[in-house]
Amino acid sequence: MKRSRKIFLQFGIFIIVFSLIGILINNLTINLIRTGLGFNFNWLLKPASFALAEHALPYSTSDSYAWALLIGWLNSLKVIVSSLLLATLLGTVIGFARTGSNSLLGLISAGYITIIRQTPLLLQLMFWYFIGFLGLKENVLISIKNIFKISNQGIELTGLTFSSEFSALLFGLGVFTSAYIAEVIRGGILSVPRGQWEAFRSLGLSEQTGLIKIIIPQALPAIIPGLTSQYLNLAKNSTLAIAVGYSDIYAINDTIINQTGRAIECFIILLTSFLFLNLLISNSMEIINKIIINSKKYN
Amino acid sequence: MEPIVIAKNLTKSYIQGLRALDNVSLTVNQGKVLVVMGPSGSGKSTLIRTFNGLETFDRGELNVLGIKIDATHNERKIQKIRKRVGMVFQQFNLFPHLSILENITLAPVHVQKRHQLEAEEYGMYLLNQMGIDSHAKKYPGQLSGGEQQRVAIARALALKPELLLFDEPTSALDPERINEVLDAMRRLAKQGMTMIVVTHEIGFAKDVSDQVLFMDSGKVIETSTPDVFFSNAKHERSRKFLNQLEKH
Ligand SMILES: Nc1ncnc2c1ncn2[C@@H]1O[C@H](COP(=O)(O)OP(=O)(O)OP(=O)(O)O)[C@@H](O)[C@H]1O
Ligand SMILES: [Mg+2]
Repeated sequence: MKRSRKIFLQFGIFIIVFSLIGILINNLTINLIRTGLGFNFNWLLKPASFALAEHALPYSTSDSYAWALLIGWLNSLKVIVSSLLLATLLGTVIGFARTGSNSLLGLISAGYITIIRQTPLLLQLMFWYFIGFLGLKENVLISIKNIFKISNQGIELTGLTFSSEFSALLFGLGVFTSAYIAEVIRGGILSVPRGQWEAFRSLGLSEQTGLIKIIIPQALPAIIPGLTSQYLNLAKNSTLAIAVGYSDIYAINDTIINQTGRAIECFIILLTSFLFLNLLISNSMEIINKIIINSKKYN
Repeated sequence: MEPIVIAKNLTKSYIQGLRALDNVSLTVNQGKVLVVMGPSGSGKSTLIRTFNGLETFDRGELNVLGIKIDATHNERKIQKIRKRVGMVFQQFNLFPHLSILENITLAPVHVQKRHQLEAEEYGMYLLNQMGIDSHAKKYPGQLSGGEQQRVAIARALALKPELLLFDEPTSALDPERINEVLDAMRRLAKQGMTMIVVTHEIGFAKDVSDQVLFMDSGKVIETSTPDVFFSNAKHERSRKFLNQLEKH
């Protein structure tokens, strides 16, 4: 398609979408006026007057709704990024175990993937929260010289403490997503032709060197897109935080709607927050992808 | 004469009851070239791939360069063999994300722990021998099939192997590209390289080989000198096969 036609088409689509949104907003505003609330964001500056157990920045009940929302967004970011790291780590290990030559490890990881993928995420979150963390006795479950401690108070790591809510969410989202990431990794590895394995083996390279130098670089282009979509899923799934009482952006929005009745404004805020979050994730992955493609100058 | 490969009664089934190798025994001495022929599915690839441990076998014994392996498939011994035996595949199997020179220096640097510069120097020498040193900085995808296969030969030579295995090295090439690869192999044979070559190139087999081994259904049907095999094969099945080959 010619460039000018493409631009024209995109412009047309833009107009249509924009008009549809306009009509929608118009209808909503009329309804809002009818309920007497009106459509505005002035209330954002009023004190939120609810407490937040977890906040990355200083927060008190006299702070504004806007500030509370920012805290919520940061809480979301924190849990998403850390579960993303955990899921990637676990998923990579399991993905390799699943493809490796050790049949016992292969069987165990296949079982792990099946069980995790066939149970609802909400159930898994509940499991981690009520049985995994709150179920622990007062005394600690694991303690390594005060460096690392797991108890019903959550996780403690060299002075950093994570609440039970955060920890349950971290494990729930991390473990759940890792099963999908393992499959993405496995697919990537299987996309590398068998001949590549035979070639490096016949040269006397060890399995480890072969994986690092030959297989992984060729599997990555197939892995990155799948990984991105799992990361985006994880971000969306993080809204289940409300089920374990973690104050993420969704939970805080929910509280604000209950307090102020400003459902429309809150949904707009929520949508923009997630749009922003997901753009952050997909753009970061795009950058990583570019770096990988540039680092191999072939084709 | 020193034997390089001694195989005794190698037997292997992928599927129960169907033998890909059926009591195969053979000896290849130093500096000799053995050509392996046989119809599709007769077990040629399976046989040649057992010599560097890419395939396991169920029964029999194998002695490669004095290293003895059996059905237990001892990984450490196989690793030792692979460091001294080179292999060239039908589909070249070059590493597409590495440059031509990097393809060649990878094993010397990581397996033999040689210095990068030394490995590159020797790599350039090998590429020069193969007549493709001008392509050193290119990537495999930028080369013709014949050039890629010559790179694959140079890569196999980089570890200074004592035995070279070829599995149909010219079958994936355009007809006009076949000779440049066969000529490189002829030169290697002249330099005294021990080689086992699965091929249906009769001209090459007649000129270069010391023995021709003919297989069918996993069995060795006959082993003869090329003179005998191509003019006066001992077995009916060999003659039938040659007739069909010449028709093509
Ligand atoms: N991975 C495998 N799994 C199951 N059967 C296999 C496998 N590889 C080979 N076989 C079977 O083993 C037999 C020998 O195969 P092999 O590839 O060694 O034959 P070949 O002589 O090299 O044939 P070609 O000329 O087609 O390359 C065939 O019947 C083949 O179908
Ligand atoms: Mg074959």
